[in-house]
Amino acid sequence: MSEPKFNNSLVRWIDHRLPIFTFMHHEMHEYPTPKNLNYWWNFGSLAGIVLVIMIMSGIVLAMHYTAHVDHAFQSVERIMRDVNYGWLVRYIHANGASFFFIVVYIHIFRGLYYGSYKAPRELLWMLGVVILILMMATAFMGYVLPWGQMSFWGATVITNLFSAIPLVGESIVTLLWGGFSVDNPTLNRFYALHYLLPFVIVGVVVLHIVALHRFGSNNPLGIDVRGNQDTISFHPYYTVKDAFGLGVFLILLSAVVFFLPNSMGHPDNYIPANPMVTPAHIVPEWYFLPFYAILRAVPDKLFGVLAMFAAIGVLFILPWLDRSPVRSATFRPIYKIMFWVFLVDCVALTWLGAKPAEGIYVVLSRLCTAYYFFHFIILLPALSIFETPKSLPKSISKPVLDPDGGGGGMIAVPAAPREKA
Amino acid sequence: MVSAKVIRGFLFASVCFLVSNGAVKAAGGVPVPQQDWTFSGVFGTFDRGELQRGFQVYKEVCAGCHSLNYISFRNLTDLGFKEEEIKVIAKEYEVEDGPNNDGDMFTRTAIPSDTWPAPYPNDNAARAGNNGALPPDLSLMVDARVGGADYLYALLSGYHEAPEGQEVAEGMYYNAYYPGHQIAMPSPLVDDGVEYGDGTKATINQQARDVSAFLAWATEPNMEQRKRMGVKVLIFLIVMTGLFYVSKRRIWADVH
Ligand code: HEC
Ligand code: HEM
Repeated sequence: MSEPKFNNSLVRWIDHRLPIFTFMHHEMHEYPTPKNLNYWWNFGSLAGIVLVIMIMSGIVLAMHYTAHVDHAFQSVERIMRDVNYGWLVRYIHANGASFFFIVVYIHIFRGLYYGSYKAPRELLWMLGVVILILMMATAFMGYVLPWGQMSFWGATVITNLFSAIPLVGESIVTLLWGGFSVDNPTLNRFYALHYLLPFVIVGVVVLHIVALHRFGSNNPLGIDVRGNQDTISFHPYYTVKDAFGLGVFLILLSAVVFFLPNSMGHPDNYIPANPMVTPAHIVPEWYFLPFYAILRAVPDKLFGVLAMFAAIGVLFILPWLDRSPVRSATFRPIYKIMFWVFLVDCVALTWLGAKPAEGIYVVLSRLCTAYYFFHFIILLPALSIFETPKSLPKSISKPVLDPDGGGGGMIAVPAAPREKA
Repeated sequence: MVSAKVIRGFLFASVCFLVSNGAVKAAGGVPVPQQDWTFSGVFGTFDRGELQRGFQVYKEVCAGCHSLNYISFRNLTDLGFKEEEIKVIAKEYEVEDGPNNDGDMFTRTAIPSDTWPAPYPNDNAARAGNNGALPPDLSLMVDARVGGADYLYALLSGYHEAPEGQEVAEGMYYNAYYPGHQIAMPSPLVDDGVEYGDGTKATINQQARDVSAFLAWATEPNMEQRKRMGVKVLIFLIVMTGLFYVSKRRIWADVH
């Protein structure tokens, strides 16, 4: 690795004592990245930028928001009407949360398709799952803050789930509520945690990136980088590509923020919270719907809750469920099909989560839930044994097929960690 | 080209998502017919004449039962009223203020910075005056109902005789668009119930339309600013993204 040369003498002076400029040069400039990444690889850096957007807009909102049951709804309306550009900040924050999940879900499915969770990136993947869980907690508590009808009733339904846990369930719910129902103490602790958790996410994102930079990015071929001819420096190649992706993202986000700002929210959340009036349908935010569908698919409350948590938990052990040595679905003819089936299953669960739990919807939810777990617990381990992968290319820069290659066993050479500078 | 394909895929996914979301919402109540509003669409703006007529309907009809808590007299400048006119409108109302130096509450005539005075001092009084039903605050009505202004228009112009076989409870009224079809609000509008200053004929439908537009403004007084800014931001972003795309192509030209 080359030692960077800095022209500015102040930079040299600082870097000699505190090598942050060298560090940035290695990790953000020179950082060797596979040259064949496609646009699905844009979503990681995009997620990081959205996190920053959420924190910045959130801090501005926090300057005007009042966490009290008698004032919260009104303070949000004051932000919308009387704070200069308050409507803009709030619409960015509220829609940004939805876009954050879109980006992260695409990022996750990218990982599923190209086998990015496999050795040596298991911890990188698991840290990602931790980020997803923290994001869900943050978004759930954020949605409670405006203290509309859906805030209140969503919080009531979701916190009540914990009461299904034997022995300690009731105590956990009392602890979450800070009392005997969702009330002012609940709003206050949710606000405190909603402010805190994004910074915890930042911490986990740092670890996620440290783990990423250990072996570098996976790539669409799913084979290891064999040398310099396979990589290009992060800057300017991927900085400019990520900038273009960011531009497209901002266009979509702005289209919604400026022209359809309430399309992803529920109208009931513009009605102030009222513990005496239950809304006709209590639906969580769209990004929770697949998990909500799984929860309701199971007839028993406790097992429903367990299934819902297991649906995320199973992602943690995914690297050990899918034992196929081939990463990319491009070279796994059966997995490639099953990936799309699984994606359709998840979309179906999202749709079912928004439907009332009655009639045909219950049956469909159960089928889709069963398939969700079947995919991970049975299909993936079985495919690892029975599927014959296509032969892999020799290297990224020579994507010609290996004439003797019969598939499998080809990843025998363990990936090498990046050398230390 | 990979890029175009990916972007198209993403756009398509977003559109599907938005559409499916809309369908979910429509599942709630009775489907309402879509109206042609001056304020819908990317370049939509409010029609000041319509807003002023709608304000008149609110002031002379709805304000007897419904509050409009998030609107102050001063906000009426948005409707095209002059400051002097607003002072005159405010003077028609008495508001409670205080405590004064003796510790007593007192009433005074309203000034432009006061919020619109509510018809009832509290929810219980409002229920007592309306057969036990609570007339909700109207400041956020357009965002707080599925269908928005279309729904309000349908609701206000949707009072008919109950169809054969439909029971309507004591103190309730049949409405074609209210979920469940029984609403505790009697039809608030009658033909020529108000007299418009600009000569527009005050049919029920006309008043329903005007007051729905007025409530759309009250729900989001910043809507015009939002859309105007959105057009500029989008133009900027599209140019910026185009430049990024060109740079990307140039920089990547030597990668094989
Ligand atoms: C006589 C008193 C009265 C007047 C005048 C009145 N309303 Fe109402 N309004 C009510 C009551 C009571 C309710 C609650 C109905 C219920 O809960 O069934 C209500 C409910 C509503 C709702 C909510 C419907 C829903 O979907 O929940 C809207 C919107 C509404 N009124 C608009 C108006 C408008 C606009 C006007 C003026 C044109 C008006 N009202 C005049 C008493 C009134
Ligand atoms: C991971 C990042 C974050 C996510 C996913 C997130 C999500 C949300 C969501 C979904 C809402 C409800 C929006 C609405 O419907 O009105 C919300 C509200 C809010 N958030 Fe966040 N948030 C994040 C970060 C932050 C941070 C860092 C802060 C403060 C420093 C913050 C402060 C607020 C405040 C004050 C509100 C209430 C105002 C409102 O409802 O608009 N948020 N957040």
